[in-house]
Formats: sequence, C-alpha cells, structure tokens
Amino acid sequence: MRRYVVGRLLLMVPTLVGVAVLTFVIMRAVPGDIVALRYAGSNVSQDVIDQERHLLGLDKPLWAQFTDWMGSIARLDLGQSLWTGHSVVEEVQVRMPLSIELAILATLFAVVLAIPLGVVAAVKQDTWVDYAIRVFSIGGLAMPSFWIGIMAVLITLTLFGWAPPVVFTPLFEDPVANLSGLVLPAIAVGYRYSAVSMRMTRSSVLEVLREDYVRTARAKGLRETFVVVRHALRNALLPVVTVVSLEFAFLIGGLVVTEQVFNLNGIGKLLVDAVAHRDYTLVQALVLLLAAVFVIVNFVVDMVYVVLDPRIRYS
Amino acid sequence: MTQASHALDRSDEADVIAKRRYLESTGGRRFVRFWRDFVRRRPLGTAGAVLIVIMLLTAAFAHVVAPYDPTAINFTDLLRPPAPDHLLGTDNFGRDVFSRVIFGSRTALTVGFTASLVGCTLGLVLGVVGAYLGGRTDQVIQRLMDVLLSFPLIVIAIAVVAALGTGEDKILNVIAAITVPIIPRVARVVRSSALSVVQMPYIEATRSVGAGAVRIMFRHVAPNVFAPYLIMLTAFLGQAILLEASLSFLGLGVFEPTPSWGLMLRGAGMQFLERAPWLAIAPGVAISMAVFGFNLFGDSLRDALDPRLRTG
Repeated sequence: MRRYVVGRLLLMVPTLVGVAVLTFVIMRAVPGDIVALRYAGSNVSQDVIDQERHLLGLDKPLWAQFTDWMGSIARLDLGQSLWTGHSVVEEVQVRMPLSIELAILATLFAVVLAIPLGVVAAVKQDTWVDYAIRVFSIGGLAMPSFWIGIMAVLITLTLFGWAPPVVFTPLFEDPVANLSGLVLPAIAVGYRYSAVSMRMTRSSVLEVLREDYVRTARAKGLRETFVVVRHALRNALLPVVTVVSLEFAFLIGGLVVTEQVFNLNGIGKLLVDAVAHRDYTLVQALVLLLAAVFVIVNFVVDMVYVVLDPRIRYS
Repeated sequence: MTQASHALDRSDEADVIAKRRYLESTGGRRFVRFWRDFVRRRPLGTAGAVLIVIMLLTAAFAHVVAPYDPTAINFTDLLRPPAPDHLLGTDNFGRDVFSRVIFGSRTALTVGFTASLVGCTLGLVLGVVGAYLGGRTDQVIQRLMDVLLSFPLIVIAIAVVAALGTGEDKILNVIAAITVPIIPRVARVVRSSALSVVQMPYIEATRSVGAGAVRIMFRHVAPNVFAPYLIMLTAFLGQAILLEASLSFLGLGVFEPTPSWGLMLRGAGMQFLERAPWLAIAPGVAISMAVFGFNLFGDSLRDALDPRLRTG
C-alpha cells in the first residue's frame, strides 16, 4: 500500500511537468507578447519596448526563461503577474474564495438533486417516472449552463423583478448578499452537473440492485426503502463519489463562461484575462495550479475508496 | 468496485443479441435489421435521430427554409417582438432572428461534425497504436493524454484558440480548438477496448502469417473497436456544439456576421435581456435541441451496442 501511494505521488510529477511544458510552449506560440500589446497603437520607440522586455526578462532565450520559471516553482515561488505586477498568490487569493464557494454550492445543489432522482429512476426502471427523470437529466446536459443562467436571470427578473447583485460580497461580510449573488449561478451550473451524477447514480444503483445480498435483504423481509437506502445505495455510491469529486475539481477553473454571464470575478475569468493579456507568468502559474488541484483530487478520491470500500486494496 | 451480476434479464439479452448482430453485420440486410430493432425498441433514441435528421435537412436547405437573408440589416425593424412576418422577432440590427437561427445550424453542425470526426479519429489512432505497440510508446502516449486530461475542456480550447488566433475567417482555428480536448478522452476509451482485442488469438494468427504492424492495427484491431468509436462520435458531437457556442459566447469563436447561436447570445442576447428576451431564448433553445438530439441518440446507441460502456 505504501509503495502504491508513493508511486502515485511520484507519477504526479511527470504529469505536472508535462502540463508546465505544454502551457509554456502554447503561450509562447500565441502571437504578440505583453509588451507589444501594452504599447499597441501608441508611438513608442523600439528602445523603450526593448527596455521593457528586458525588465520583464522576455529578452532571454526561451530555454533560459523556462529554467528560470522551473527554478522558482521548485522554490514554491509562483512569481508575479506581468500585467499588474502583483504576486500571483495575491491575484489568486482575491478570487479563490469566490471560485471555491461557487464550486461547493454547485456541487451541493447537484448532489441533492442527483442522488434522490437517480435512485428513484433506478427503482422505477422503464416506467414513465424513469423516462421523465432521464429526459430531465439529458436536458441538463444539453442546455449550456451559461444559457440556463441567462434564463434564470430572465425568469426571476420578469416574475419577481429581482436580479442578482452586480457586486460580489464576501461570505463573512454579509452572508445574505453573498448567497443571493451566487444562488443563480450555482443552480445553473449545478443542474448541468447533477445530470452527470444522476446518470451515474441510476446505473450504479441498477447494478447493485441485482446483487445477491440485496435479494437476501429482501428475503429477510426488510422494508423496501431500507433495502434500497441502506443496502443498495451505500454500495452504489462509490462511482458517484468519483464523478462528483472530479467535477468539483474542474468546477474551480472551468466556470469561465458562467462567470462571464454573472459578472463574477473568479479564477476562470482571471485565466481568460491573463491569456488575453499574454500574461505568461500568471497563465503558467494558474494552469499549473488548476492541474495540480485536479491531480490531487484524483489521488485523494482513489485513497478515499480504500476507506469506503474495504474490499479495495492497492498494491 | 461492485461485481456485475451475471444474471441477464430479458432486455440485456436482447441488447447482447443486437450488439452481436451489429458487429457481425457486413451485409446490408443485417444493417437494416439492426436499425429496425433500434427504432422498435428505443423510442427515445429514435426521437433523437428524428431531431438530428430534421436539423441536417434544415442546415442543408437553410436558404429555402429561412424567410430572410440572415445578414440583411434593416434599421426600420429594430428589436421587433415575434410576429407572423418575423417568427422569432428581430435583433438590434433589424435582422430576422428566425433566419439567423436557421443559418446558425450550419455553423454549429459544420464545426460539430468536423471537430468530433477529426478528434475521435485521432483518438482512435492513438488508442489503437498505444494498445497494440504497448511498452514505451504506450507510456508516452498515455502520459501525454494525462496532461491534456488535467485541464477543463474549455481551458484547453481557449488556449488553442489564443495560440492560433481568432478572426472573421478563422473558423478552422475554432474547429481545431474543439478537436484537441476531444482526442485524449477518446484515446483512453479506445485504448481500453483495444487492449482486449489485441489479446485475441486471431491477432496472433495474423501476425504469424507475416502481416505488418500497421496492417494489423488498422485492418484488424481498429474495426473491432468501432462500436466505442461510434458511441464517442455521437457523444462528442453534442459536446462540440456546446463548446462552439461557449467559445463564440466568450468572443473566442465564430465572428460576426456569421450567424452562430453562441454569438447571438453574446451580444444583443445579454444586452437586451429585459427589452427583447426572444434574442436570448431562441438561440439557446436551438443549441439545447441540437445537443439534446445527439445525446438522446448517442445514449440509445450506446445501450444498443455496448451496455457496459459508460462514458459519463
């Protein structure tokens, strides 16, 4: 077991190095750098531009820039944003609470919706209830979450004359204002993700319901609800946990479009802006951070398996 | 993981038979029989197929179906609500929204089909090559795919679009941006299916009569992982359409004046949400119907071809 854990941890390194190399290469392939963008259209002499590039270290050969960057990463220094001059850690700190809170709210909404619906659909397999729930969930996959968001705003606006606040309030300052800003985006995103986990719950419960121990439980004369919830659901939840946690990892950086709709200043928006500004250090650090979150969540999920299911042993 | 029960109920058995029939089908008659079964036993999938066919026809005959030129600007008819002469109203340039939605299907389907076809095919090649050659080649391919898989779809797409550049006539770049994130997802599924095919005795037999690696991979292994390939293809068609809409919505996809559903939501759709809600409703419904059709069809196709394959 310990060898397995160490092996998995070591395997993260090549993946993250790959992410680093790929991001570095892609960003340098993007035409125009930050200095060219900043002085675009203005009448600045080449000297000033060269000086600026020198200041930011962009005149060094590519391999030197890369090794510099890798060196600072190894010292756990994420560097400074080329655009604002603030440290990357600061830029992330400002936005992380919002992104994480939204991801948690969306996941909560998704789970609360998905698990009961998935179980009901499985228990009532091939009846109209099952069909209705499945159509509802395929609908969630088909509608772009940013459009669900727009529609949610439209509906609350026309029915209640209420629109979410334009300015974001931190949770601990004013929880009500904070939640009222995040509830619609959380529903918009959560509905879409509930579809994925609902389908997973349904098929996994269906599989478990055919197991021998479920038949035994029924034969003992246990109530059907008890059999479904205690015997079937508990064992069916494992794949659902995987799906939910991987989605959660993606939610932190992947809500680019939803953040745009609700004018939220989260990690996704930061990333898109950084790409637009050719802010190399910020893009590289952010992408590496998001990839690290994903890889770590992935690892934690595999470890949680061992706790949830004693039959699983890694070797 | 929970152990799958070996007891097959009636519908599973029928599924297996349908799958075997499909895999064995070389002649036209078997092909017809498969689809006849499909229509009879899978009403949801058939509904999806009907939606897809309607959409294909609309896109092909857009110039006949659409009552107006989708790019014709008319400043006397700005932001008109839906009425008999403008079924879905007009936008802030007086362009007919219905015609723009109809022509938008061309953009969505072109981008969707090209991106998922190219992405799935490249994924198929990488998956088969990795599974057949194994060893270091397989390791390298897998690590590369791991790297691509550790980003959210939209983030890779944005990076690729940024690297290739955006512009009015850069629709190929949008397609490329959507293709890249599809590749690793397909490669992984195909690889795991191909791994069991590679172990089959007939592959060894083929090798022993002296067939080359390329011939074995593409004449003997690839056709046997065609079922997951087909399933992924339909699944990613919907995804690709969604991704095109998202990119265009962010201003990183298709550009004006090309009619695109995502683009229609981006500008006027948001801006005039209260005054002209039809601008935001119509393109969103179009996107949802398109993706809904592909998902319904893809789901049922997966159930019919391989009930064990779950792509999530």
